[in-house]
Amino acid sequence: MDNVLFEYLLRSGDNCLILSQRLSEWCGHGPVLEEDIALTNVALDLLGQARFWLSYAGEVEDAGRDEDKLAFLRDTRDFRNVLLVEQPSGDYAHTTARQFYFDAWHYLALGELSHSSDGRIAAIAEKARKEAAYHLERSVDWIIRLGDGTEESHHRMQCAADALWMYTGELFEMDEIDRAAEERGIGPNLTALRAPWRVQVERTFAEATLQVPAGQWMQRGGKRGVHTEKLGYVLAEMQFLQRAYPGSQW
Amino acid sequence: MVTTQPTVAEVRAWLEEIADPEIPVLSIVDLGILRDIEWSAASGEFVVSITPTYSGCPAIEVIADTIRNTLKERGVGKVRLETKLSPPWTTDWLTDDAKARLHEYGIAPPAKLIHVREIAPAMACPRCGSGRVELVSRFGSAPCKALYKCLNCLEPFDAFKQH
Repeated sequence: MDNVLFEYLLRSGDNCLILSQRLSEWCGHGPVLEEDIALTNVALDLLGQARFWLSYAGEVEDAGRDEDKLAFLRDTRDFRNVLLVEQPSGDYAHTTARQFYFDAWHYLALGELSHSSDGRIAAIAEKARKEAAYHLERSVDWIIRLGDGTEESHHRMQCAADALWMYTGELFEMDEIDRAAEERGIGPNLTALRAPWRVQVERTFAEATLQVPAGQWMQRGGKRGVHTEKLGYVLAEMQFLQRAYPGSQW
Repeated sequence: MVTTQPTVAEVRAWLEEIADPEIPVLSIVDLGILRDIEWSAASGEFVVSITPTYSGCPAIEVIADTIRNTLKERGVGKVRLETKLSPPWTTDWLTDDAKARLHEYGIAPPAKLIHVREIAPAMACPRCGSGRVELVSRFGSAPCKALYKCLNCLEPFDAFKQH
């Protein structure tokens, strides 16, 4: 089995899957109907992307695990998503900050992956990038709307931006899997995405009258399966049906 | 049961009749979802390639089932469906005729894509034709639609997102 490729695909797939699951928590609870629909549509795009990545991961592993088995029958230590996407939805500011940080990175990462030496990765990334561009536009709108809104919305938006900041470092970290993937032309040098990402954050926050958080210390571990305790709760809900009624079909 | 082998053109003609489950005035050919039909002599089956509009669009499952059933009804049992992601689906594949039917149906058709990151500039209310419109929500009742409001006749309307 090509372990580098498998791990790389799990990382891409799990980021989309877990964030999709988090966003779908808002279904029926959105602050306004339009936002309820927007968040679930973003969740749907990400779920579709997760399926492409995880199906491919299952084929690479070649051990009889398809997208469903990978999504529903792995435990926390086997998930490879970054810590950012598993953080709780919190108030609307937290959901917005989480989404903006991720979308800004996702759009850049997918742009690089669309030139991957692996044709299938390139095809998935090229398709997903168009969706990520649209997600980012919406996230930028909301950062500005809440940041440059009322005193209350500004305060909450700044708190959320600060609280989630320590989970952004991991997006640009390169470990041995990332380096091996880069050497083979599968994926980009993620560290190089930090500067353009930072430009997007600074520009958006300036317009939103928000301060870019100054914290230097970054939390890490998700990419190698060391998660915050939050992920267990996400999986408990997402995997309940397959755990309680193994093998049940829709 | 049909005993003679249909041609690719015949299969295409049958599949052209399949309407999109969410926007029934458009067929899967109008939308560019049906990408290719090939006869594989090696495996003795028709290979039908489709592409999803959006990654998570649930309509693609319904469309795949409808393709299988349509061909089965015509006596074509051996069909393989393939999902083709590249080139990625774009609203630029919609023909002018398809756009006219969308307008007729009350959905503002997508503008030509100039650059992926640009929002549709030219948009007219499908009811009164006014260009004074306002975006209400970037997302609507289906992944491919957004919600607008006409500032002239004040009616809300769906617009097909430029993608």
